Amino acid sequence: MFHALADATRRDILTRVIRSGQSVSELARQYPMSFAAVQKHVAVLERAALVSKVRRGREQIVHGEVTALRRVALLLDAYEEVWRHRADRIADILEENDSAENQ
Amino acid sequence: MPVISAVKDVDTLTMTFVAEFEATVEKVWQVWADPRKLERWWGPPTWPATFERFEFEPGGQVRYYMTGPDGTKARGWWTLTSVEAPHRLEFDDGFADENNEPVDPKDSTRGVVTLEDLGGRTRMTTVSTFTSAEQLERMAEMGMQEGMRQAQDQIDALLA
Repeated sequence: MFHALADATRRDILTRVIRSGQSVSELARQYPMSFAAVQKHVAVLERAALVSKVRRGREQIVHGEVTALRRVALLLDAYEEVWRHRADRIADILEENDSAENQ
Repeated sequence: MPVISAVKDVDTLTMTFVAEFEATVEKVWQVWADPRKLERWWGPPTWPATFERFEFEPGGQVRYYMTGPDGTKARGWWTLTSVEAPHRLEFDDGFADENNEPVDPKDSTRGVVTLEDLGGRTRMTTVSTFTSAEQLERMAEMGMQEGMRQAQDQIDALLA
């Protein structure tokens, strides 16, 4: 499971499909990578039993297979990501201030 | 990397996020108090924020929107419950409708920001408390926007 979640794209796919099931092609449109690459990420998550696939017509719908508590933990991880990026942007703004003053 | 720690509690739906910056408390306070600075970091690069109303005082109202890549606007509101320059800020943060009014005033995330002086450097602690998993889910969507950006950066780095 740790290997399955070690990759940012896989964590992102899992966060999306625990909200609602999505087809592999829907998922593939969200990432700057090939359909095959996204399919491979889904396969890794499937082997770790974090997602399951259900056939709907011609498509395979990917669903999240996580408990409510695990789901909240994943959402909090995604929210931490929001703040990590915010902190990086704040650091950039503060650095700019410094160089403006030193000029 | 400015991030020191992020402690998450699944039972209370709380995240305590600690970061340290190479700047004085007064300068870090300005990234919250100055809306032009705030809008440069609040939203993801793909969803930049614009603050339209900004009453930076206890009881003050804030209204903002974030504009997505396709022009979609996600609107939000804050009610500032405590403003103690330059050390402490408390606010409720929620989703707003097209008229800029809270969709549900009770459906909000509580944010408490404290700035501590570390001898010229600053430690910023942000405690975010959600009222429901559904609300956390919507807030976490922003993390997905960041995640996509990260995925794009990773690809760019490989191609460079």
